Amino acid sequence: MTINFTVSPSFPNERISDWYIFNTWLQRALSLPIHLELYNSFGAQRAAIADGKVDLIYANPFDASLLVREKGFRAIARPEGPPDEMAVITHADGPAREIRNLQPGTRLACSDDPCVNTVGRILLEPANLDGSNIVEHRRETYIQVARELLRGEADVGFLPVEAFDGFSPLIRRDLRALVTSELHVIRHVFLVGPALAERSEELTALLLSMHESEKGRGILEALGARRWLPVQHEDVEFMIDIISTLNQ
Amino acid sequence: MKDMDLADIIGEAVEHVLTYTGGHTRRVYVTPIETPYPHGKLIVSRTDTQGIITQCNPSFVEMSGYGEAELIGQPHCLLRHPDMPAAAFRDLWETVQAGRQWHGYVKNLRKDGGHYWVYATVVPNVRDGRIVGFTSVRREPSREKVALAEAQYQEMRGS
Ligand SMILES: Cc1cc2nc3c(=O)[nH]c(=O)nc-3n(C[C@H](O)[C@H](O)[C@H](O)COP(=O)(O)O)c2cc1C
Repeated sequence: MTINFTVSPSFPNERISDWYIFNTWLQRALSLPIHLELYNSFGAQRAAIADGKVDLIYANPFDASLLVREKGFRAIARPEGPPDEMAVITHADGPAREIRNLQPGTRLACSDDPCVNTVGRILLEPANLDGSNIVEHRRETYIQVARELLRGEADVGFLPVEAFDGFSPLIRRDLRALVTSELHVIRHVFLVGPALAERSEELTALLLSMHESEKGRGILEALGARRWLPVQHEDVEFMIDIISTLNQ
Repeated sequence: MKDMDLADIIGEAVEHVLTYTGGHTRRVYVTPIETPYPHGKLIVSRTDTQGIITQCNPSFVEMSGYGEAELIGQPHCLLRHPDMPAAAFRDLWETVQAGRQWHGYVKNLRKDGGHYWVYATVVPNVRDGRIVGFTSVRREPSREKVALAEAQYQEMRGS
């Protein structure tokens, strides 16, 4: 049996090869054939999940909700580090100084990342903006969102703080965050599906001790993490309860 | 629940006696001072099945004006503002006890007699098919929505 592994498309392109290296490490450690499939959009990944083509996933918090509540997945670990936060970005010279300055008809650039878009829409609510009075431009990547802002084709854009902070100083110089979320509660998690349920303890132990070997540490570093931390099932349930309120 | 303490009140206050669903009463002091919602944050609390606060996040503590130790173990109606109509909370309880989500605009009373407006969503915490408690997540409302809620609540209170 081949196990299908995938990673939420929210990571930067430069890390594609690092995820393949992670996958090779995982296959060897588990002595199990694991196929890594990296989808280039959230939509394509959602479709694969719906078709039962995912057994292992490093998922964004919104997909994690769906997988835990509806597909019998279990969260086993999360990377050490700050939680996921989003920002509403504008051109540095743009007229808006705060969210409430935004007017109906505001042009929004965003990706198809459900997590970023949901939190972004909540950040626009204080300006009484919603799907009915904004003009949305869907772009493939975060960098394309930034380019729209730089070219003045959109007034605001939704970006994960991590992606924004990762842009070159040249790009960031001409952009500015109108507001940054401080939710403190939502995180990416590593999930195991029903097909691997009987090996989930072994897999958990493997991830939690990954940083103890030099090889493991190197792979983690390349992925931008120091170590995996355990997650309590109730903490994940609580995160999902909170996320369920954000979708409304 | 203890009456509010005049010593905690900041500003010119009006006294009210609130009567809760259970029949008990509490003396509260209300000032017109509004504390602005902290941009970008969520105000989160959890209760047991009876509405007793079991957990809250730092934004909740900060906005309420109470210390965390004063909040944990207290009924959630500690924050009830006299301008909120009882019917809104009846609807809240009926909805979440039936296993559904409730949404609404809520004016909350602070320890210092001031208030803050939120857009609140309350969800039942379902574990192994049972409701084991409730979580409320609040976010920043627009001024337009607050003005509409204010007018509606005033009408519901019949004043
Ligand atoms: C999870 C949860 C959060 C609540 N949050 C608030 C709140 O922030 N402010 C409030 O006045 N009531 C809140 N309530 C409703 C109170 O329990 C209570 O019904 C309300 O204050 C009115 O008081 P009464 O029902 O005793 O008359 C909450 C209830 C639940 C279950």
